[in-house]
Amino acid sequence: MNILYDEQLDGALAAVDRPVLLAALRNEAPDVTLLHEPEQLRPYECDGLSAYRTVPLAVALPETIEQVQAILRCCSRLQVPVVARGAGTGLSGGALPLEKAILLSLARFKRILEVDSRACIARVQPGVRNLAISEAAAPFGLYFAPDPSSQIACSIGGNVAENAGGVHCLKYGLTVHNVLRVDIVLMDGERVTLGSDALDSPGLDLLALFVGSEGLLGIVVEVTVKLLPKPEVARVLLASFDDVKKAGQAVGDIIGAGVIPGGLEMMDNLSIRASEDFVHAGYPVEAAAILLCELDGVEADVAADCECVRDILLKAGATDIRQALDENQRKQFWSGRKNAFPAVGRISPDYYCMDGTIPKRALPMVLERIGELSRQAGLRVANVFHAGDGNMHPLILFDANRPGELERAEDLGGKILELCLEVGGSITGEHGVGREKINQMCAQFGADELEMFRAVKAAFDPQGLLNPGKTIPTLARCAEFGRLHVHHGQLPHPELERF
Amino acid sequence: MGQGHNASIDRLIDQVRAAAAAGTPLAIRGGNTKAFLGRPVEGTILDTREHDGIVHYDPTELVITARAGTPLVDVEVALAERGQMLACESPHFGEGTTFGGMVAAGVSGPRRPWFGAVRDFVLGCRVIDSRANPLRFGGEVMKNVAGFDLSRAMAGSFGCLGLLTEVSMKVLPLPLHRASLRIELDVQQSLKQLAHWATEPLPISAACHDGAALMLRLEGGHGSVNAAAARLGGAPLEDDFWQQLRDHQLPFFAGTRPLWRLGLPTNKQLPKNLPGEVLIDWAGAQLWLRSDAPAQQIRDIATAARGHAALWRGDSDMRFPPLPPALFALHQRLKAQLDPKALFNPGRMYAGL
Repeated sequence: MNILYDEQLDGALAAVDRPVLLAALRNEAPDVTLLHEPEQLRPYECDGLSAYRTVPLAVALPETIEQVQAILRCCSRLQVPVVARGAGTGLSGGALPLEKAILLSLARFKRILEVDSRACIARVQPGVRNLAISEAAAPFGLYFAPDPSSQIACSIGGNVAENAGGVHCLKYGLTVHNVLRVDIVLMDGERVTLGSDALDSPGLDLLALFVGSEGLLGIVVEVTVKLLPKPEVARVLLASFDDVKKAGQAVGDIIGAGVIPGGLEMMDNLSIRASEDFVHAGYPVEAAAILLCELDGVEADVAADCECVRDILLKAGATDIRQALDENQRKQFWSGRKNAFPAVGRISPDYYCMDGTIPKRALPMVLERIGELSRQAGLRVANVFHAGDGNMHPLILFDANRPGELERAEDLGGKILELCLEVGGSITGEHGVGREKINQMCAQFGADELEMFRAVKAAFDPQGLLNPGKTIPTLARCAEFGRLHVHHGQLPHPELERF
Repeated sequence: MGQGHNASIDRLIDQVRAAAAAGTPLAIRGGNTKAFLGRPVEGTILDTREHDGIVHYDPTELVITARAGTPLVDVEVALAERGQMLACESPHFGEGTTFGGMVAAGVSGPRRPWFGAVRDFVLGCRVIDSRANPLRFGGEVMKNVAGFDLSRAMAGSFGCLGLLTEVSMKVLPLPLHRASLRIELDVQQSLKQLAHWATEPLPISAACHDGAALMLRLEGGHGSVNAAAARLGGAPLEDDFWQQLRDHQLPFFAGTRPLWRLGLPTNKQLPKNLPGEVLIDWAGAQLWLRSDAPAQQIRDIATAARGHAALWRGDSDMRFPPLPPALFALHQRLKAQLDPKALFNPGRMYAGL
């Protein structure tokens, strides 16, 4: 599988003469920093999905909204595609450049414009880091809820583009639930405000449509986020199980009992051992699985919830339950989970992080099937889950220097995603489709749904210049991929040429 | 049952196909309890109520899926039986409100500022598009970022983007405990207090001021609710006040004087010189105004407060707040792409959309 842009499958792009484009940009957006020397472009050739690299035509680093508008107007006129990039931490290749496209970096939009503690909102530029918002809000006892594991580095503009989640989603929601307003620039240079400072806005909910649109509909130039009061207390329980299925069952039991934990995470034995070796969080290395259950809120309620959850865990067959005694131990318990990815990175030359979601009830069965697939592929899989919301992150361990292993890892990843679909889930819970899962989109959606997505794209970006080849596959690609939904034995659009 | 619903979805598809062939618009209707919202639609009436029933409900998944024509009350009862609820607390402006109608109108109740709006709980939907194709977006899982989020965008779209036939929504456990309070505080004091309380983890789930006193609802565990009730003081209030507020059954909503809804930023000063009677909900973020003042005056007041004003009951062609030109143009392009023949509720939200 080659996921780099293929004009035959993804659509032809206009040939652009670099000197002509650079001259036009210098003329129309005179003060913008433009990078075009090979050594300058190298750092931008990939995002967090570093197995895939393409050197962009040029990189533009605007500092003002007017400059973004000027760049887009110029590119629109010259029909040059534009790929937006925030902090470049995305894991699905959403900011993977194109040889024939400008890479528009929002890295210089770093200012927190306003923290309004009375209204519980912050107005920030798109390049502001996720964690920096919570840091700025902390003096007022407030924080920004979405906390993807990359929160030290990832930017809010990227969070909006990907509808980022984190470990607290089940209770506190995704980016879409925590953003009030987004100012965007369309490909023709027009600035539009989606949402408002009020809790709802007139017209269609284009803000909901825009969040998670992966740079295909517009460029984020300003974001107003909702801030929440910090919970009075947070307590975490660490439960060990000798059987992954029992741990999976306990997850459903907790939710079914009417408790909504602030975080409910699960790790399997391989991830437990990798994490324990790395950060010494005090995890039981012989356990088949652990559950980390964080309960937060007001002291009295949290104490009652802890008792309730403890009973449920015991009934579900937990072999050991520990409650963090103080804030330090709570952080220690979490450190293992939060460092699970780099920990796995230490025990394998490479790993491939998946991001499927499933209904929680399917968890035991899916784990079993992943185990089988892993054995068939001859590749180890470490499982880390946001168990409370059914978002799985199987990490496929491989060595890219061994011929064929990357391909086998990709193939195994594809099978895991199809397994997620089979049980009624999704190919991506929070990492986005980007370039990585473009083919699997053909399995999740039929031709008619994809047509509707293209219609939305055409309304925002009629020229199709924003982040082409990402997120929404062409019918030609789906035909080539061969997994178009077959309705009543007939492929949709039989008139399409098969490559 | 399966047969019956295959038949009812086929009938809906046939109706859309016929409308597309004839180029005649459809006026989509569920329980017809929110016909007063938005503008009247000229078109063949399409009634969704035959396509009803809960498709799937698993309390441990926190998800319910029901067909658009299902009476909302049926969904609410099924959830309550398992100790759960639709946390957006949408109104019933009459008998027969449907699940699909709730989503299409996207109107949320008193709990909205603390728990979220209708759109926040939408996880997936099925729609029939303008070419009479049945489509599915989103799903029954909490997190799903595959493709554009068309299911959330259906909430509040008043049927203008396609015919909604089924919706999956996230549900939440019913609160373990509840207390309603009436506190004698004037409007200014109340708003100041509410802004202060907003930065604390208090279990407030509704806050309304009727001009005389502040009404609060607390929901959560016994410990937090009892502690907050003891701290905040006031007199006990009947719990059904909130249902009357939600459904516009309070005396404030009686009579024929035009009713305006102002959506405002959270925890800000109220606009001064509001020309009429005011009922404050959502801790000040939603204002109900009975007023005969000219529409422009009311809209200007809302805009100056960085909010917006919609005419809910009264006589006017322009009911929802006007959109800035670039945003309206984007709406029109989206409508033209998704519904090029203007089959679905044309003009319900705005003339020309």
